[in-house]
Amino acid sequence: MDISINVTDGVPIYRQIVNQVKYLVASGLLRPGEELPPIRTLALQLKVTPNTIVKAYGELETAGVVHKRQGSGTYVSEERPRLANRERQRIIEQRIDALLAEAHQLNFTADDIFRMVRERKAALDPRTTAEPADVEK
Amino acid sequence: MGQIVDVNDLSRSFGGKRALDGVSFRATAGQVYGLVGANGAGKTTLLKHLLGLLRATTGSVRVFGLDPVRDPVGVLSRIGYLSEERELPEWMRVDELMDFTRAFHPTWDASYARELLESFALDPSKKVKELSKGMRAQAGLIAAVAHRPALLILDEPSSGLDAMVRRDILDAIVRTVADDGRMVIFSSHLLDEVERMSDHVTMLHAGRVTLSGALDEVREGYQRTRVRFADHFDQPPVLDAALALEGGGRLWSAVHNEPLDRFQHAVSALGGEVFESRHATLEEIFLARAGRSRQPVEAA
Repeated sequence: MDISINVTDGVPIYRQIVNQVKYLVASGLLRPGEELPPIRTLALQLKVTPNTIVKAYGELETAGVVHKRQGSGTYVSEERPRLANRERQRIIEQRIDALLAEAHQLNFTADDIFRMVRERKAALDPRTTAEPADVEK
Repeated sequence: MGQIVDVNDLSRSFGGKRALDGVSFRATAGQVYGLVGANGAGKTTLLKHLLGLLRATTGSVRVFGLDPVRDPVGVLSRIGYLSEERELPEWMRVDELMDFTRAFHPTWDASYARELLESFALDPSKKVKELSKGMRAQAGLIAAVAHRPALLILDEPSSGLDAMVRRDILDAIVRTVADDGRMVIFSSHLLDEVERMSDHVTMLHAGRVTLSGALDEVREGYQRTRVRFADHFDQPPVLDAALALEGGGRLWSAVHNEPLDRFQHAVSALGGEVFESRHATLEEIFLARAGRSRQPVEAA
């Protein structure tokens, strides 16, 4: 699994792993039913203490992204993760705040940004219109 | 699994100079403990007490429930140790070093030793004195881990090594913990390495513990926040809420362990505004603490 750790940006390592696995799942690079690397393997690959992987997998399981099978391994869940609404909102709001700060710096108005988000959405996924993506409950 | 190391209020002086001053340190199986501090902070002195190489002047040291000075066999047979100087018998060949070490350790795993020798591409017929610095570290590492010790102690294992050999050392730490739930204590001045490999971190400064706790909890207690002041400062402004201030003019970055709202309050009293804030890295925390407080701080 392709994960990279950065110890200079202040984000705890287990959180970096959680975020990147969520991204891999959301983007379809990791598919439902696929197995995540065993703890030892990923710890050796990333050169981090195995307990960090244990913690990251635990968080991913709580978030519903993966599940453990008894005596076997850790697998990507079939269903989309059901994050608590507040958590979902918090994650997106952080991204939006960063985007708006950058946009302000570069002299884009909020309306410019709305338009560009729609355009990017259409370019990334031609099957859908600019309607909001269906949100699974 | 239980507590393996219990150091309580340990002090030690060398010729009137305090090397350790009231140090307490506890360590549990299945975890990795990183020991950080400047040169001369007391890291090696503390590790030598765990090995029974030094006797406590005051305070107590227990490893596996035993006093390492009074029961060296009971303690040392269950410890693997790689010293910073990598003292190895120079006249021995690598294979003789393995046989020699094996004789002290009934739990020696010959197939593990062979596997490591091969993966390091170490020539068993070479004399220790002919080995390069990296090869010495690799030979010392095999001797330290091949008996699958319950406690692995590495004193500055990465010191002076290239990236390849450092990876071998980190691999050995991961395998020690992942394969058998054993524990590792290692000291290092490479803070990114400590940040990656440690579950717990203990910071020593001038013989005292200045910070100790689970790495994630320690990290969560400290933030790095950017500040813009209305006034221009040539010298860092006096801001008690900050452990360290870096920058110049109106823009400064502070490392603080005050909650953000309290920190913000202190900054606005100086006519400043707070901008983005993130968790501090271990290196930033280390520099901030080493540069300032002598007060012991316990993380949650």
